[in-house]
Formats: sequence, structure tokens, C-alpha cells
Amino acid sequence: MTATATAPAPMKRRRRRGGGVAGSSGRDAWLLVLPALIPVLVLSVYPLLQGIFLGFTDSRAGFNIPTNFNGIDNYVKLSGNGLFWSSFQIGLIWAFSVTALQFLAALGLALLLNLDLKFRWLARTLALVPWAMPPVVIAIMWRLMFNPTYGPIDEIMRAFGLPGDTNWLGNFATALPAVIVVGVWAGMPQTTITLLAGLQSVPLELHEAASIDGAGTIKRFWHVTLPALRPIIVAITTLDLIWNFNSFALVYVLTAGGPGGQTMLPMLFAYNEAFRYGNFGYAAAMGNVMVILIGFFLFFYLRSQARSRLS
Amino acid sequence: MTETALTLPTANGPRRNRRRRTGATRVGRPLQYLALLGYIVFLGFPLLFLLTTSLKSARELQSPNPTLWPTDVDWSNFSGAIEKANLFVAAGNSLTVALATTVFVTLISLPAAYALSRFKTKLRGIATVWILLSQVFPFILIIIPLFLVLKQIGLINNLVGLVLVYSVWSLPFALWMLQGYVAGIPVELEEAAAMDGASRFRTLRTIVLPLLSPGLVATCLFTFISAWNEFFFALVLIQDPNLQTLPLALARFIGSEGQVQLGQLAAASLLATIPSLLFFVLIQRRLTSGLLAGAVKG
Repeated sequence: MTATATAPAPMKRRRRRGGGVAGSSGRDAWLLVLPALIPVLVLSVYPLLQGIFLGFTDSRAGFNIPTNFNGIDNYVKLSGNGLFWSSFQIGLIWAFSVTALQFLAALGLALLLNLDLKFRWLARTLALVPWAMPPVVIAIMWRLMFNPTYGPIDEIMRAFGLPGDTNWLGNFATALPAVIVVGVWAGMPQTTITLLAGLQSVPLELHEAASIDGAGTIKRFWHVTLPALRPIIVAITTLDLIWNFNSFALVYVLTAGGPGGQTMLPMLFAYNEAFRYGNFGYAAAMGNVMVILIGFFLFFYLRSQARSRLS
Repeated sequence: MTETALTLPTANGPRRNRRRRTGATRVGRPLQYLALLGYIVFLGFPLLFLLTTSLKSARELQSPNPTLWPTDVDWSNFSGAIEKANLFVAAGNSLTVALATTVFVTLISLPAAYALSRFKTKLRGIATVWILLSQVFPFILIIIPLFLVLKQIGLINNLVGLVLVYSVWSLPFALWMLQGYVAGIPVELEEAAAMDGASRFRTLRTIVLPLLSPGLVATCLFTFISAWNEFFFALVLIQDPNLQTLPLALARFIGSEGQVQLGQLAAASLLATIPSLLFFVLIQRRLTSGLLAGAVKG
């Protein structure tokens, strides 16, 4: 084929190109990246830096209101704001439970989809649908499901003789678990598909060798499948945790943070602070605290994973 | 190419497993089917319920003994939902914004993805860091300054402003995917073309672009879906009811809920899902392999 015939030449060319990184090809690269770079700098990097900075000011919505740098005032105020910390706690409960349940449910489903079962195609298709649905539509759908007079969940409970008049999204005790279920439903596709792809890349030889050594299904799962999946598990749970902690639309439409702030995720809290009450600086400070905490969790999670992989 | 090796489950899943479990879990089979059924009900029932709600008449929705399947199928919710003028306008806005975002993102990410995967410069490390960081920061930090900037240049309550924001917001992912697809095209092909005297531009047009087109299509559709589904930025940046996108219009629809409106709400929700669902069916294979390609080769 032509590729083999011309093989020596590209080698030479590539070396020349490699040597001239600072020269023409470096300039080419910048030129090609520039159309993407400018909007990113203007609409992503700059706002991000500005947002971090706003967290140290008393910026407010409205015209002609001067913005003053006020150091750590926002954070002093925040530390005394019980509502914010309870929202933060709710956010952590939400993010960790959704991520954990999502992972367990998705792992189970991925293992099933990896078997030769009938109706696998149906489960696989259904597992992908939530990915394509707008979060607002998912929330509307589950509002209908949880509706106390019309919704099928209470209907089914009544059919089994249980008290079927629970207002799932309006009740203090059930609201947070209910939105967590919706979160799991909405986020399962990515996790399932990623884990399934991981399962299929586990070398068959490892399983065969383990079988020959007399390992049963469960043993093989613990000692072959899980270790092989580990990098993928760490990657997807990390991403899920970030996405869940920063999620907004689903809960905004489901409960808007109610009842009585029981489902007030930090993003909703900060949104209200910024765009309902106009306290831009204070809301940005909340954003900064969120970044630091999520960064903190990620750091420890990834470090513990890296360590246990070494040991 | 790894892409074909990784295309998802059907190809090599079943055969492998049949070999693996020779008699190992004959007892487990019924349990496995039970679990699968559980998943199918959990994932599918809400969708089925949304569908049947949209097909029930207002009278039936109020009936004290509801049945899952409507006693007589009533399509009027769909026409009713469509006739609601603001939903129709909102669908138009969503379509405009999603298409414009897709075109814009493609135009700016294509050259960048090519450069990032072909030239070994510092840019690549910077881009990777930015792609990862852009996932970690909560939107609240970005949206406040963005709101102020867009207000200054008069792009609040403006679909152009929304397109710009969506483009920047979906760019990291588009870059990530495209860069993986570019890396999957052997450099040797380009070099061979160059040897044969083709200009740079001609090589790109006649060799790279055709090979890249399936990945490009997947990236475009993914960008479209993200923009079509997005809610938060639209909520902050658009206040004019005539400019609102479909998710915004649907979220406001709920306010006016009431038992009578449930059917129409369900119908409107289904209609809003159709475009992204259709596109998704088209690309799901490529999407997953694209994610992995980006991950493996990025």
C-alpha cells in the first residue's frame, strides 16, 4: 500500500515539524485555535475570574450602584448564615446519595446488559432515553408521577392498601428522597454506558484464568472485574459528583427548593441570592465556597484512589 | 481504529459471555431476569405514564379511578399544546438558538481540534486543563459576570447573547470529542497527500474532512441537543416571553398547572423531547465511542 511505500519520508517530515514547534507550526496552531480562543477568553475565562473576584466585593444588581472591595466580609457573613450551611448540607447529601445510588444502579444494569439476556435491547434503549430528555421535561414528568391526587405512585400504594395520600414533593420528610430518586433516574445513562464500555474492555483471558483457578462468579467480580474497572469507576463517579453538586434545572422545576428549604441545593440558594435579591457579591462568595469544598472532596477522593491503586 | 473496537455492546458482548458462563449461574438466570424487569419498569414506567397522560381527555384525568391506558385515546392535548402560541414561538426560538450554536461551535472548534491533536504545542496541555476546569466551577460564578457583561453590550434578552453563551459552554465537550476523532485519522494519509503535491488546504478538504464527517456529525448533534435542552442560562438571560426557549416556556407552563392542564403539559413535554430524542437515536453509538476516543487519545 502507499502508506508503506512512503513510510520513510513522513518520518523525516515529522522530525522537521517537531523541531520547528516554536516556528511556523507553532504559529499555525495558534492561528487555528484563535477563533475558539477569543470567545472562550471573553465569555468563559474572564467571567470566571471576575466571578471569583466579585466574591470579595459588595456588588449588587441595579444601575449606578458602586462596587467596593470588601475583603472577607462576605465570608464572615456567610459563616453566620445558617440557611446557607443547611443548604450546603442538603447539597452534599444530594450529591453524594445521587452519585452513590447512580453508580450502584448503573453498575447493576451494566452487568445485566453485558449478559446475554432477552429484552436486553429494551433496557438498553430505555437506559439511554433520559440522556436525551431536557431536564425540565424530566422534572415535569416526575411531578406528574409524584402528584398526590393523580400520580401513579400514590395510586399503586393505595392498590396495596398503604396510605396513598403522601404529597411526596411537598412533605418535609419525603421531598429530598423523592428528588434524589429523580436525580438517579436522570443521571443513569452516562454512568451505565461508561461502565458497560469498561466491562467490555476487561480482557476475557483474565476471567478464564480466574475460572481455571476455581474462582466463582462473585469472586471473579471482586478480584477481576472491579479492579479492571477501577480507573473508569473513579473517572465517572468524580464527574457525576461534580455534575450533581452543580445541578440546577431538575430540582428548580421539581420543588424550587421547597418545602421549607428542604431541597434547597446550594446552586438554587445562590441563584435566589443573586437574581431574586440582587446580592451579586454575596452569591459569588457562595460560589467560591462551593468551588473550594468540591475541590477539597475531589482532592481527597482522587488521592485515596491513587494511593490504593499503588498499594 | 479503537473506535470500531469499542463500539458498544451488541458486537462481542453475548458471544463472550456464553463462553464464560458455562453452567456457572444456571440458578441465577431467573434472578437476573427479575432484576432486568425491575430496571425496565423503573426506567420505562415514567415515560409510559407521560405518554398516556398526554393521551387522556381532561375529563378522564379528573376521574377518581384512573386507568393507566386511556379508555379512549384523545389527541386533542397535542393540538391544544401546539395552539398555545407561546409554546410555538418558544419552539422556534429553541430551534434558532440550537442551530446557530451548532454552526458556530462547529466553525470554531473544527480548526482548534485539528490544531490541538496534530501540533504538539503547549496549547494542548492548556486546553486539557481548561476543559477539565470548566466542568468543576459552578455556573453561578460564571453567570453573574456574564450577565453584567452581556447587559453592558445589550445582549440580555437577546437570542444572540444566548447563542454566544451556549457556544462557549458546549465548546469544551465538542473540542474533546472532535480532537479524539482527528487523532483517529492516520497522519500518514495527510503526509502521503502532501507528497503527491496536494496543498495543505486541499489535503484537509479532500482527505481529512471526509474521514472526519461521521465524528463531526456526532459532535454537531450533541451540541444541538445540549443547546436545545439547556435551562439555567436561559432562565437568567431571557426575560421577554417572546424570546423564551422551550424549556423556559415549559417551566412557566407548570405555574398554570391545574388538573385540566396536565394533559397538555404532558403533551408539550413529549413534543419538546422529540427532536433531541430523534437526534440521539441517530448518534448514540458514535457518542459513546467518541467520548472514549477523546479519553483514550486526547
